[in-house]
Amino acid sequence: MMYGYEWDTTTWLTYTISILPIILIGLTVTLKAAAAGFAIALVLGLVFALLRRSRVKVISWTTAFVVEFLRDTPLLVQLFFLYYVLPNFGIVLPAFLTGALALGLQYAAYTSEVYRGGIEAVGRGQWEAATALNLTRMQTYRDVIIPQAIPRIVPAMGNYLVAMIKETPVLSVITVLEMMGLANMIGERTFEYLVPLTLVGLIFLLLTLICSAGLHRLQKALPKAGIPLR
Amino acid sequence: MDWSAYLPMILQGAGVTMTITLASIVIGAVLAFFFGILRVEGGPVLSTIALCYTEVFRGTSLLVQLFWFYYALPLVGLSFEPITTGILVLAAHAGGYGAEIVRGALSSVSTQQLEAARALNFNRFQTLFRISLPQAIVEMMPAFGNLAIETLKLSSLVSLISIADLTFTAQSIRNLTLDSASIYSVTLLCYFAMSLVLMVAIRIIEHVVRRGDVFPRSAHS
Repeated sequence: MMYGYEWDTTTWLTYTISILPIILIGLTVTLKAAAAGFAIALVLGLVFALLRRSRVKVISWTTAFVVEFLRDTPLLVQLFFLYYVLPNFGIVLPAFLTGALALGLQYAAYTSEVYRGGIEAVGRGQWEAATALNLTRMQTYRDVIIPQAIPRIVPAMGNYLVAMIKETPVLSVITVLEMMGLANMIGERTFEYLVPLTLVGLIFLLLTLICSAGLHRLQKALPKAGIPLR
Repeated sequence: MDWSAYLPMILQGAGVTMTITLASIVIGAVLAFFFGILRVEGGPVLSTIALCYTEVFRGTSLLVQLFWFYYALPLVGLSFEPITTGILVLAAHAGGYGAEIVRGALSSVSTQQLEAARALNFNRFQTLFRISLPQAIVEMMPAFGNLAIETLKLSSLVSLISIADLTFTAQSIRNLTLDSASIYSVTLLCYFAMSLVLMVAIRIIEHVVRRGDVFPRSAHS
């Protein structure tokens, strides 16, 4: 029994139906973790991308190194690092937040590259026009560059969101009870892993197919010229 | 913390990680070409099978796949050593993504090239191996490079099915010493170093492929 739901292992069908509510509770945790991680990645990635373009060499090089380091080391080890080392510095976060932070940090490294590509794809003429209009660097980014970069950025961001959803099961190792962690626990108690793990796999497959289809539609609906920020 | 005792353990773990990664990349590349070519050239039935393969291994999470093959397969009577399971699942995962890269690159070969091959009376195999692939493989290299790094990173997940790779070793040393900060820092640096080595290796392979030594130009002579 888990979350008040009793399982019934007589046949695979009754087993599936009886554990479905438990797995769906896990699904909400999975989606929440991905949403929180993605929010962190979107904000932090933009910060990385802008720092990377800084004219001060020390800042841009340090950022480049941090991004490269985050990109080239495994999420699992980063997760352990945050989970076990942050408390040494007096920062004690709940497992869920640690997990979201780890996801966010790793994907911020990816999204910063997407922002960079999107920003660099905006033509030089736009920068020159902004200079001619006497806009500050801040205004140029906010009113000219980023609005035009958004349509180029969104599809790649969507792909990373899908990728992130598929990486959330890693959070189960730091006791976040998302879908796969629950499936594993059910397996441990019933000695029957096949049904819960297959169910979780199928739900992931369904999720990614739905997300990809939604992304495809979004991509078509986006105005090519750009989206004003205000 | 006394590193002299733990350094050999870490190096051994790193060796296991490297072995698993390289084996997965090689098997994954074979799977990628096999299913990628099937997607493009396979006809309705075979290309649907290849599509199912890529969608299943790309669409379900790697950790779910690992546990599925680790816990669930023995229940239906198929049981492998953990390390075999780890390598096969990582390879199948990389192969799923790789097949999409191969498919994308093959379909980006210009139709004029294919028409020219047809005009010269090349059959399908000749067109594929002498015209399409030599051009497509150059396009694939950067994406394959990223996939290789991705595979190295994802290989850390095999520690969760009790394979003594670098991450697993780090965990056991942490449990002995409780010095999380140093051991995880060293582990992260190890992975970073391995990524850099892998990147250099990929650059070299990319260079060789660009020179065209992979497909000798016997057709011209």
